[in-house]
Amino acid sequence: MNSIRSVLEGVGSTLILFMRSISHVGTLSRQKSRFIEQCYVIGYTTLPIVGILSFFVGSVLALQSGYSMQDFGTQQFIGALVGLSMVRELGPMMVAILLAGRVGSAITAELASMKVNQEVDALVTMNIPPAKILVLPRLAAVLMMMPVLTVISNLVGWFGGALVCKYTGFISVEPQQYFQALRHVVKFKDVIDGICKAEIFGFIVVLVCSSIGLSTRGGPREIGAAVTKAVVSSLVLILVLDYFVTKLLLAILS
Amino acid sequence: MFTQFSNSGESVGFRENKAVGVSIEHLSKSFNKLNVLKDFSLKVAPGEIFVLMGPSGSGKSVLLRHIIGLEMPDSGVVLINGKDALSEDIREHVRMALVFQAGALFNSLTVFDNLALYLREHRLGTEKQIKDKVMQALTLLSLEDAAKKYPSELSGGMKKRVAISRALVMEPQLLLYDEPTSELDPVSSAMIDEIIATLRDQYRVTTIVVSHDRDLAMSIADRVGILMNGNLIHIGTPESLKNPTDKRVSDFLYPKVDLNNPRFKKIIP
Repeated sequence: MNSIRSVLEGVGSTLILFMRSISHVGTLSRQKSRFIEQCYVIGYTTLPIVGILSFFVGSVLALQSGYSMQDFGTQQFIGALVGLSMVRELGPMMVAILLAGRVGSAITAELASMKVNQEVDALVTMNIPPAKILVLPRLAAVLMMMPVLTVISNLVGWFGGALVCKYTGFISVEPQQYFQALRHVVKFKDVIDGICKAEIFGFIVVLVCSSIGLSTRGGPREIGAAVTKAVVSSLVLILVLDYFVTKLLLAILS
Repeated sequence: MFTQFSNSGESVGFRENKAVGVSIEHLSKSFNKLNVLKDFSLKVAPGEIFVLMGPSGSGKSVLLRHIIGLEMPDSGVVLINGKDALSEDIREHVRMALVFQAGALFNSLTVFDNLALYLREHRLGTEKQIKDKVMQALTLLSLEDAAKKYPSELSGGMKKRVAISRALVMEPQLLLYDEPTSELDPVSSAMIDEIIATLRDQYRVTTIVVSHDRDLAMSIADRVGILMNGNLIHIGTPESLKNPTDKRVSDFLYPKVDLNNPRFKKIIP
């Protein structure tokens, strides 16, 4: 009973935080430096790990597909398979998971630490809403950076797949053939679908991690517990939402 | 005396406030079935320094958090100039500040930015005026050399003074201090006492101080209250505390060290 109540409280406080943050959207133009700082943290510092993982996800996808498809002699379609998988599913999903692990955990740790040290209370006594200066710039930054990260993830994944196809003996598909198949199947609306997913996942991760951070009470142990809770909640939400968002996007597409 | 003028000729000094009165009526608050405040009532006059003393866990800090709106009471009300402290009118028109026990300074900002944050967020002047005002507040408490430092680089006493400076730039009409002299050496404590009294005298700030410090209460308070188990058991002038008739008050203020019958053995058999 207590766990149900705790989940409902979490959902409620996250929705309230969302409404409060949105109500200050007009102040964003005066928070350029915070917005740019968050774009740097969310986008630039996450880029290397997104690049490395996307490269190997694209590579292993090509490798596994090539191994399975060699029996049917259909290796020439690997480009289409890797291209579509990266752009519609793996790109946005992987960026969101990395965001939860790398950025979401840092957001929760920082805000929970501020809460425990009464810095958030100090803001409230100054009539400065925490949602305005601590959450809104992060939400705006994630909306700005997720498409960039997703597109880069897609491109690097495609490139990884192309390299594997060229240099793996049992696949032996030339990059020209690989990208021809990819171009034939992957449409612009697929890229947009993937970006829509990434935007939703990114927004949810930052909102949930901020909400859990700002509702932390206690000391160092509670900060650690809050970070774990934020990352686990974000991962579960990403995977559950992925199904429903995909279904919705496919319904719109058809 | 503390008013300075910017190059443009505009005043950047701290204005003298119209002090506010505080009335706490039948306030009750409990956490997890533990009654922290029980039907608590108190009136603090405009411009008064009221010192609230009491043992740890008696509800002093919780009371301050109710006055500034960080906690919601289970029942009862806090009135500022006769209006509910939680109302929009009071939140927008009465400037209140709380000096937290641990300072609650923003660790990611320099001392200067800690003070400037309020002024910048509420757009209370140009960057030049804000700089002048912040430096004036820092100079007032001899902190001008610490402007570029981060809170982690400051001593305990300096953190307290920065926290007071941060409250000062808000030009508060009601200033609340939570244990301002805790963890400080005697000289630093005396300096904080002087600052609290000076700010009241210079700017007519209504001041409520929560403290264990008997010297602070005796030297700067207009009135002192003793809170125990959520109830006010004594209220009076500092003089009234010199020879208290209530045994609970005398035991709290003038405890005798009894090595033959130590207190902790009564608590832990």
